[in-house]
Amino acid sequence: MKFLQNKFDQIKPLFEKGGKFEKFHTIYEGHRTIFFAPDIITDKKGAQIKDATDLKRLMFTVIIAMIPCLIFGMWNVGHQHFIATGVEASILDKFWIGILKVVPIIAVSYGVGLLTEFTFCVIYNRPIEEGFLVTGMLIPLIMPATIPLWQVALATVFAVVIGKEVFGGTGMNILNVALTARVFLYFAYPSQISGDVWTYFGDKTPVDGFSGATILAYGAEAAANGTDMMQLASSHWYSGMFDFWNMFVGIIPGSIGETSALMCLIGAFILIATGVGSWKIMLSVVLGTLAMGGLFNLTGGNSFMEMPAHYHLVIGGLAFGAVFMATDPVSASHTELGKWIYGFLIGVITVLIRVVNPAYPEGIMLAILFMNVFAPLIDFYVVEANKKRRLKRATV
Amino acid sequence: MSQTIKLKKGFDINLAGKAENKTIEITQPDTFALKPTDFSGLSRPKLVVKEGDNVKAGSPIFFERNVEDILYTSPVSGEIVEIKRGEKRKVLEVKILADKQVEFEKFKSFSASDISGISKEEALDQLKKSGGWVNIIQRPYGCVANPEDTPKAIFISAFDSSPLAPDYAYVLQGQEQYFQAGIDILKKFTSGTIHLNVDGKAEVSQLFSNAKNVQLNKVSGPHPAGNVGVQIHHIDPISKGDIVWTVNPANVAMIGKLFIEGIHDTSRLVALTGSQMKERGYVKMYSGACLNKLDVEGSDNRFISGNVLTGEGVGSEGYLGHYHNQITVIPEGKYEEFLGWILPSTKKLSFHKAFGMLTFLNGKDKEFEVDTNAHGEERNFVVSGAFEEVMPMDILPTYLFKAILAEDYDDMEALGIYEVIEEDVALCEFIDISKNPIQEILREGIELIKEG
Repeated sequence: MKFLQNKFDQIKPLFEKGGKFEKFHTIYEGHRTIFFAPDIITDKKGAQIKDATDLKRLMFTVIIAMIPCLIFGMWNVGHQHFIATGVEASILDKFWIGILKVVPIIAVSYGVGLLTEFTFCVIYNRPIEEGFLVTGMLIPLIMPATIPLWQVALATVFAVVIGKEVFGGTGMNILNVALTARVFLYFAYPSQISGDVWTYFGDKTPVDGFSGATILAYGAEAAANGTDMMQLASSHWYSGMFDFWNMFVGIIPGSIGETSALMCLIGAFILIATGVGSWKIMLSVVLGTLAMGGLFNLTGGNSFMEMPAHYHLVIGGLAFGAVFMATDPVSASHTELGKWIYGFLIGVITVLIRVVNPAYPEGIMLAILFMNVFAPLIDFYVVEANKKRRLKRATV
Repeated sequence: MSQTIKLKKGFDINLAGKAENKTIEITQPDTFALKPTDFSGLSRPKLVVKEGDNVKAGSPIFFERNVEDILYTSPVSGEIVEIKRGEKRKVLEVKILADKQVEFEKFKSFSASDISGISKEEALDQLKKSGGWVNIIQRPYGCVANPEDTPKAIFISAFDSSPLAPDYAYVLQGQEQYFQAGIDILKKFTSGTIHLNVDGKAEVSQLFSNAKNVQLNKVSGPHPAGNVGVQIHHIDPISKGDIVWTVNPANVAMIGKLFIEGIHDTSRLVALTGSQMKERGYVKMYSGACLNKLDVEGSDNRFISGNVLTGEGVGSEGYLGHYHNQITVIPEGKYEEFLGWILPSTKKLSFHKAFGMLTFLNGKDKEFEVDTNAHGEERNFVVSGAFEEVMPMDILPTYLFKAILAEDYDDMEALGIYEVIEEDVALCEFIDISKNPIQEILREGIELIKEG
C-alpha cells in the first residue's frame, strides 16, 4: 500500500496551506482517511491511549446491518414487478429488475448527498464526517422503487441542508436526516410517494384485477368507510399476499428496504450484538405498538382497530423504522430512561396515526419525527431528575 | 460503620507490561525537577531561589503568590541549574543538579507515641514549611487543600485500578509506622472520618487492615473502582459547599515520615511498567527524577509519568511527576494503517464491539499491546449511552461535558462537577468514539466554576 500512500503524499502539497487547492484540504483528508486510518497520536496530557473504534467503524456497522434489507428489497422489487405483470421469472431476473431500479437511486442519494456534504465542509472548513454514510443508504431503502430520480436528489439535498447542516453537521441535528428526506417528498410530491406507487411496471401493463393497495390502504379504507379490512386483505387479487407470515417475510409491495420484518430482525440482531443500536429503543417501540394495538383490540370500533396488534409489527415500515430510524443516536433520546419512553411513544403514536388518522396511512415516519422533536424534552426531565437527586442529598 | 461497595460499571484495561513484585536498582539520575505544572491550582508560582543556589531536600523552591506559607520544596539536595520558563515567563521547571548523597533539611521529629500529642497548629506549621502539605488534595476541584478548611472527611484509596497500576501493599512494605503516623496527623484536621478504601476483590494487606483511626471500606469492581472520587461518591458524596480531602497512600507515608524522621523524603517505590520497559518492577525514586536512566526497548517511545489514562507524556528526558507512583513506556503510534478503520482484528483494544472489533473474543486474561495512535479523528458527540457504562456514579457525563462546553455554570454545578476530576472521566475519554479531549474539557469546567 506504499504506492497509494506515495500517491497521496505526492498531491498533498496542493492541499496544504498556500497550495493551489488549499480550500479543499478537508476533501483530501476525507479521502485519505478512507484508505488509511490517520496517523494521529494522542496528546501529551490526558488519555495516552485511545480505543480502537472510531465513528467510521460504527457507521459502517449500521450499513452492514442494512445489507439484508437491501438485498431482499432488490429481489422484492423484481418479484412484485413480475407477479403484477403476470410473468413467470427466475430469481436472477427478479434481481436484475431490482438492481436496475435500486442502484440508480442509491447512486443518486450518495452522489448528491456527498456533494452537498463536501460543499458545506469546504465552506465551513470542517472535516468530512461519517454521518452521511448511513443516511445515504437509508434514503433509498425508504423510497418506492418507482420514485423519480430527480425527486431523490432534491429530497437528499433538502435533508442534508435543512435537516443537518444548518444545525452544524453530524451530531447536531434534531431530526433524523433520512426521514427528513422522506417527509419532504411526502408533503411536496405526495403523488409519487403515496397511493399506488409501490409496484414497478416499466413498460408492461398489470394483469387483470391487479390492485396496488397495501394492507395499510385497506386499513385506511376500513377506518373511513367501515369496510372489513381483513376480508378485503384476504380477497386481495394475489391470494395469500397479506397473510401474516407472508408480510413478516416481506413479500409485499412497499418501500424498497422496509417490507421485510424478517430482514429487519437480522439487522436488529447485528446492531444489538455489536452494541451499535439501542435494544432499549427497539424493544420499547415494539412494546408501545403492542400496547396501543392491544388497546384498540379491546375497544374495537372498526375492523382496523380490531386487527390483531401484532400485525402492526409486520406491516408498513414499522420494523424498519424501529430498527434503523428510531435508534439513530443523534436524534433519539440520549438518556437511558429517556430511550424507553421515547421508543414506547413511537410505537403508540405510530398505531394512533395509522388507525385514527387514515389520511396518513404510514404512521411510523411521522411518529419518529414527532418523537425526535420531543426527545430533548424527555431528556430534559430525566436530567432534571438527576439534578434533583443531587440537590436532595445536599440538604440531608 | 465500614462499608462494602460493589460496582458493576467500568472497564478494566489489561495491558502488557505489568510490574513484577521486585525491587530493581537503577542508577540515580543526575538531575531532578520540581514542576509547578504538576500541582493543579498552582497558577502563579513565585520563586524563592535563583540559578546557582544550593538547596537541601525540603528547602523551599516556590510558593503560590498570595499563599506564601504553603511551600513547594525541593525533592533532593543540590544546585539549581536551570529555571525553565515558557510563555509569559511562566515557570515550567526548576531543575536541580543533585548531590551524590541527598542531604535533608531538618524538621522536628517525634516518636510514634508522641504523634498523638502534636497540636493541629504545630502539625500544620511543619507540613506547610516542609512541603508536605501539597500531598493533601481537596475535592471539589482536585487542587492542593486550603489549610483553613475543615474537611467533612478524608479519603485514602489504598488501591489503584488504572492500567498497570502499582500495588500499594508492595510500595508501602516496611512503612507501616510512617503510614499510621500519616493517618494520625491527618486525623487532626477533620472531625469526620478518615476512610481507607481497599480492594474488595483482593486479599487485604495487613498494612491496611491493621491501620487505626480509620474506617476500612471495601470497594470492588472494574476500573475506576480504585479512583477515590468514585469511592467518595458512594461512601459520602460531595454536595455543594462540602469539602473533602484525599491523599494518595504513598503520600500518607511521606507525611508520616516527615514527623517521625523529621525529613521531607519524597523517595518511594515507583512501578516501572509498559511493554517497552526493559526491566519491570519497582524502583526507589525521588519526586521529579529524570527518566533518562531507564532502560527501554525501541527508540520511538512515549515516556509517561503516571498511567496511560491520566498520565503525562514527558519524553525520555522528562521527570517523574510529584503525585505519580508509576512510569509507563509504550511505543508511539504515528503511522497510517491501510483500511485500519474497518479491517477486523482481535488484537486491538476496544471497549466497543462494532463490526470487526473482536476484542471481546480474547477473554479476560489477554494482555494488550497498545501504542499512542488515536485510531481516528475528532468528531462531534454522536453516540449516547456509552460514557454511562464506564461511569459508576449517578452522573450524566455527556450532559456535564456539554454544560461545560456551553459554559453553563448552573448546569455544571447541578450535574455534579464538584464530584469529579480528570481521572474520573479518563475512561470516557478512552472509549470516546468521537475522540474528544474530555479530561481537558472537564479541567476547563472545573477552573471556570472555581473562579466562579
